[in-house]
Order: sequence, then structure tokens, then C-alpha cells
Amino acid sequence: MSIAESLGQLALFADLTPSQLEAIAHSHEEDVFAAGERVLRRGLSGGNFYVILEGEAAVEIDGDARHQLVRGDFFGEISALTGEAPTADVVAVTMLRCLVIPGQQLERLLLDRPQFMLRLLRMEARRLRSTLEWRP
Amino acid sequence: MAAVERPFPPGDYDVVVVGSGPGGLQTSYCLRHLGIRHALLSRDERPGGMFQRFPIFQRLITWTKPDAPVERTSREYEWYDHNSLLAEEPELKALVPALMDRAYDLPSRAEMEAGLAAFAERAGVEARYGCTWESTRYEGDRLVLETSDGEYRCRAAVFALGVTEAWRADVPGLEHAAHYVDTRVPERYAGRDVFVVGKRNSGFEVAQGMLPWARSIVLGSPRPVQTDALALSALRVRYLHPYDEYARGGPGTYVIDVTIERIERAGERLRVYTRGTTWDGTLEFEVDDVIAATGFQTPLQDLPQLGLVTVADGRIPALTPFWESVSLPGVFFAGNASQGARGIGKHGAGASSTSVNGFRYNARVLARHLAERLDGREPPRRPVAEVVPFLLRELTAAPELWVQKGYLCRVVSTADGSYVDEGVAPLSSFLDAAGPDALAATVEVDEAGKIMPMLYVRRGGEVREHQLEPHPLHEYESEPYRRHVSGLLS
Repeated sequence: MSIAESLGQLALFADLTPSQLEAIAHSHEEDVFAAGERVLRRGLSGGNFYVILEGEAAVEIDGDARHQLVRGDFFGEISALTGEAPTADVVAVTMLRCLVIPGQQLERLLLDRPQFMLRLLRMEARRLRSTLEWRP
Repeated sequence: MAAVERPFPPGDYDVVVVGSGPGGLQTSYCLRHLGIRHALLSRDERPGGMFQRFPIFQRLITWTKPDAPVERTSREYEWYDHNSLLAEEPELKALVPALMDRAYDLPSRAEMEAGLAAFAERAGVEARYGCTWESTRYEGDRLVLETSDGEYRCRAAVFALGVTEAWRADVPGLEHAAHYVDTRVPERYAGRDVFVVGKRNSGFEVAQGMLPWARSIVLGSPRPVQTDALALSALRVRYLHPYDEYARGGPGTYVIDVTIERIERAGERLRVYTRGTTWDGTLEFEVDDVIAATGFQTPLQDLPQLGLVTVADGRIPALTPFWESVSLPGVFFAGNASQGARGIGKHGAGASSTSVNGFRYNARVLARHLAERLDGREPPRRPVAEVVPFLLRELTAAPELWVQKGYLCRVVSTADGSYVDEGVAPLSSFLDAAGPDALAATVEVDEAGKIMPMLYVRRGGEVREHQLEPHPLHEYESEPYRRHVSGLLS
């Protein structure tokens, strides 16, 4: 399956046309990580935005897994948008295939494609709600 | 006439290297230097790899400055010469500049090929030419490579096969197009209308070559031309005239953002149906020739069937920081395919592994990695008397750090107040490996193209990053830098 086709199956990109998906797939790189490899590193600047195309990852703090990420999930958006270093590691649990969008280009994509921005905001809002619900 | 005995007969080796382009030659040279028993195989008849044929129209886009403020035999000169292979012996260093006619500070294809041939000959890098790798399998912990000459067994295989096999996008009718690798002399396109599918290096190279000949040229692909990125790219040097003409409204040359929906025959001509990606609508073009500059792939043979995981629509192997397949143990890649290891990608920057300047260093780091892994051999570690000047000198002049920005770093470990040079390594291996207290120096570049000297300090297993101030001449050895780094270490 091509990268554009993979993207088209994910909720985050569901409102984009095939041509728009082609443009995104051609504009950004894909990266594959072996199980156990770190993808996002706590405390390091210049992080990217990642969308999981295949595989699973874990959000880790001090080596403890706090949250599982699966196909269609994304991570790195907070540091990409704020310019601040991530506060957690993200580690590949299985072999992990991601689309990688550098921070500055994420901003451009959000502004160019408001439907994508809305989808991302909704998913982010759900994450925030579940975080608040779970807080003791 | 007596038969010439060919080197590296089939049999057992620690490492088998496949390919006699710059990646294969550099890997073999570095393995030999470390005393690792290996065979170098090539289906070609002579050294040079892709430079026997490519680039078709233009010079290279990687610079070599024959004269520089440093000696050609110095390590620092490598930063001025992005095209010669690396060697320890002074007489084998910097072979390309001596062969250049100096019409430009970019060598021609022929000059580059001659430089590689000179290296192979003078360094005595032998290869078993005319030996084609055909298939691969595992037998226990051994890899077995079947070739036209017989079976080679090894503990690790290094494939340095280039990324020059034609790759065609999945577009209906694209079979009517000639691929870049099959394009003919520019004169052949005199007075013709040409559609080039693709707007990366090869697309622009073809279009540039045809500008004086073709009647009209359209370059089309989904991704917009990223002018801000191109302004800082090596591509700008010689390939961008077609874009320049289009941007200024020049007639007959068009650079458009489209998906190609299909290509159909229309009598003697071809009709190209396109749909906008950054604009709404469709366009049709009737042209004499369509050229598929849709990219290249590594010739992976049966490795995907064996389980090789790839990126970029199957074109490139997905690799660990030490250029091993993420899915096939013992299968390594050198040369252009080493781009399959992207590095940590800070600020979106990738490694410079798609050209000789970057992958020659990858080969040297890989050889050392194989020596450690296969033989458990510790590399020689030299004490560092004055760590601050050492690190600042590396940041200022180490060609490995300046070429492989953000990918390779210089590591110095510390124990009991003394420092030891651990050599050059992938930055991610430093960041992610638990190890003794240590420092890593690297050079990074941000989204805006600003070059930043960086130090990573590992203490008690935790790594912190420190950015040093940029400098207009990239000289980081003065007193303020010394004070800054001394402060970080105390």
C-alpha cells in the first residue's frame, strides 16, 4: 500500500482528497523504527510530529510505560507546536512505521488544511478529557 | 595468455560486501584497514558504480575545491572535498581534485569515475568483478549469498548497490514514458514537447539538460517545489534554471503541482491527464515525450521475500543507526542506501547519506561497528589531555560532523577526571545507549538553516543537550566558547 493510501485510511486525514493526500505523502518522509528504538526523546529540542502508519509505541516516563499508541495515533504535536522539548519518551513497542512531519511544516499543514486541523483538535480534546477523567 | 586469477573465490568470509561503487570501495577499504576478512563482489566489470553512467546531463552537485586553506592530505580538507574516498595514507587521500579540469568546483561524471578508479587501483581495493549476487538465505547464524560464481557464506553482508534502479510511480499509462535512466542525448528532444513526471533532482536535471533543445517542457508532480528548502540545497547549484524561468513567467516552461491521473496514446503523441494538488482543477497536455523522473530504488533482489522491511514505497531498506536492516539481522547497507537510517531528525533534518561525502563516513563507522560486533574487538581508545580544546576543535573542523550534521557525533568518555576519545558514532547510539559519563559533540542545523554547534552531556545515565552560540565563520575555539564548555563540564 502506498503512503497516501495508508494515510487515507486514518481518521486524522479522513477529510482530505486523494490529491491532497498524495501531496502530503510526497512532501514528508516515512521512517521505520525497530522494536525498542526511541522515537521521541524527553528533553531534546527540535522534535517532529509523528503519525503511526503501522505498529505500536509507548509513551514512557523514566522507563515506565504510561500510554500505548497504535495505528492512526499521533505524537510529538505538543513540542512541535510549542517549540518546547518533549516531557516524555516515545519508544517503539513493535516495529513502528510513521509519517514524520517536522514542527514548522506541521504548522503550515494545519493552516493549509483546516479539516485536518479540526480532526487533530478533536482528537487532542478527547485525549485531554480522558487525562482529566483519570486524574485522581 | 595466462588466465588472471580472480580474487575472493566462493567460500566462507566474515563479511561479504556487494557492489563496487563508492560505497562498496570505501567499505572494503575500511574493513581491510581493520583486518576484517571479507570478500568484495561486483556484477560490473570495473569500479565506479553509478558514476559509470550518472548523472546523465549534468555535473555532480557536490563540491570539491581543489585549492583550500588547508593541505589536501589533512583531515580538515575532507570538508572542502565532498567527492574523494577516505584513506589513512596521504598518497590515497583527495584523489578527485587532482583529476578536475576546474571549469567548476563540481566534478564532472567522468572526473568522478576516474577518481574512484584511481582509488581502487592505488589502494589495491580488489573486487571479484563479473560476479552477480542472485539470491540470499539464512543457514543458522550465517547468511548465504548465491552468486553467478557460487555460494558465499558470511556472518554479515553489506550491500552497497546504489539507488539507481528505475522506480516508476503507480500511474496508469506511465509505461509509455521513458524513465530517466533511459533518457537519451538532449539533441534528440530538439523541437519536441516534453512532460517530465517528477520535480526532484532527476526531474530538474533532465529539464535543465533539455532547456536549449525542447520546444516546451512541463514538470509535474504532487509536491510543491519548496523554494525555501531549495535555496539551501545543493540542487540549486545547477539544476534550477527551469524553475527560475517558470517563476518569472517565461513561456514554454511550466512547473506544476499535480497528480498524474493517466497517460494515453494520441496518435504519434501522448496525452497527459493531470489534477491539481495545491489548486483546484484539471489540465491536459499533449506532448511528444513523457519522461518518468519518478525516482530510483535499491536493487534488493530477493531480500523483501526474506523479510526486509523498506521505506519510501519499497524503494529503500529501513535501517538501524548502524545501517543494519531493522528486520534482517546481519544484513547491512552501505553507500546511497544507507539513507535508510534517517537519524534522530531534529528540526526535520535528515542525514547526508545520499551522497559520497556522507556515506564515506558511514562506511568507516560501520567497519568499526562490525569489528566490535563480529570479533568483540574494542577499538583503540586514545586519552584526551585537554578535553575542552579537543571538543571545540572537533566542532570547528571535524569533517564527519560537518558533513553528517546531526547524524554523527564525536564521543569522549570520562572516568575519574580523565577523558578518552571514543571516536565517531551515530548520535542516536550515544543518546540511547546506557553508558559511562560522556560527552558528544555534533553540528546541527535548524529549520531556518542556522548552523548550531551542540554538546550532549551524559551524567548518571541522563543526557542533556546544550547549544553553543552560532558564529558567522563557524569558528568555535575562542575564549567565550572555552568558558561555556568548561562551565558545562564542571
